[in-house]
Amino acid sequence: MALDKPYQDIPGTTIFDAEQSRRGYHLNQFCMSLMKAENRTRFKANERAYLDEWPMSEAQKQAVLDRDLNRCIALGGNIYFLAKIGATDGKSFQQMAGSMTGMSEAEYRDMMVNGGRSVEGNRRIGEKR
Amino acid sequence: MAHVSASVYTSHVPAIGAALDLGKTGEPYWQKVFGGYEFSKQWIKEHRPDVIFLVYNDHANAFSLELIPTFAIGTAAEFAVADEGWGPRPVPKVIGHPELASHIAQSVIQDDFDLTVVNKMDVDHGLTVPLSLMFGQPEAWPCRIIPFAVNVVQYPPPSGRRCFQLGRAIRKAIESYDEDLDVQVWGTGGMSHQLQGPRAGLINKAFDNAFLDRLIAEPAELAKMPHIDYVREAGSEGIELVMWFIARGAMSDAPPEVVHRFYHVPASNTAVGHLILENR
Repeated sequence: MALDKPYQDIPGTTIFDAEQSRRGYHLNQFCMSLMKAENRTRFKANERAYLDEWPMSEAQKQAVLDRDLNRCIALGGNIYFLAKIGATDGKSFQQMAGSMTGMSEAEYRDMMVNGGRSVEGNRRIGEKR
Repeated sequence: MAHVSASVYTSHVPAIGAALDLGKTGEPYWQKVFGGYEFSKQWIKEHRPDVIFLVYNDHANAFSLELIPTFAIGTAAEFAVADEGWGPRPVPKVIGHPELASHIAQSVIQDDFDLTVVNKMDVDHGLTVPLSLMFGQPEAWPCRIIPFAVNVVQYPPPSGRRCFQLGRAIRKAIESYDEDLDVQVWGTGGMSHQLQGPRAGLINKAFDNAFLDRLIAEPAELAKMPHIDYVREAGSEGIELVMWFIARGAMSDAPPEVVHRFYHVPASNTAVGHLILENR
């Protein structure tokens, strides 16, 4: 029997379940390596060469090079691991989260100060607001 | 004998730690957050426990995908502060309580909760931000701390009900420890927030405030809420709230005294919720 995944109808959300974790294992472990200062230095010096040391898919490597966090997540990345890339780039968690929403940094920050994204219309795909 | 005197609940947003460490607490944006903890800092001076049993989650710092324990209890004498990628927070190292931690591990494992026992573990903002919020910036943390890490990174985390039952087993374990220790149990994480995808930034004030009401009044009922309700209503990272049930379950069955309650949006991407409950 297939695993029950009741969360698949939530818009704009990817749940990091066992399947995603399996898909993203090497991508996330690469991110984990950036917790060491010397690895951050090596990565920044030549990102492509550093990524080529990892058994990641070409699509995963390209998503990292593009800093496309939505793509990274689709390919099995988890935000807490991907945050290590943001840390290496000197980005805050708010900048990283905002980058996935299609909003500018200022728009996203203002939305949060004004109470955040409403859950109304965001519970289910296709839900009317 | 040891006893549980009180429980503390709080969000553990990393940006709160950064604001403290970078001296930004006086800025209007952050004043609204830290203002909610002024009472708590005074309260903890007057109710300083011997030991804090601190429930939190690791955020891919101590545990990578190599090892994903659902419940991990820190039994070491001390725990270093993790470098999460921005450099370690400039906060004191954490001094454990190996004797009590080992006693709790033995007791709850025999009560059917299969904990992972950890003797080496760096602790991240999930543990240090709550300490900073309650104690400010001391040279050393003023009490011993038992880190208790819960997996909420890879789905599924444990259910709220399982956490609540575990809290009860932890209470029993603490109450069977011979030394006369005042123990607080803290539950951290939440409240509503989502850090990923186009739905990032989700906040649900109605959900959060109802959660606070019901955590106080009817925790056993609230603990039955399924994972999907957290994800849908409180965001993919709002599911951290299951950890609060461990602290709530560790409290007496009698209604607690609510000594402090605070709620504010936002701190960075997150709704900040905070409660202090005392056993009567």
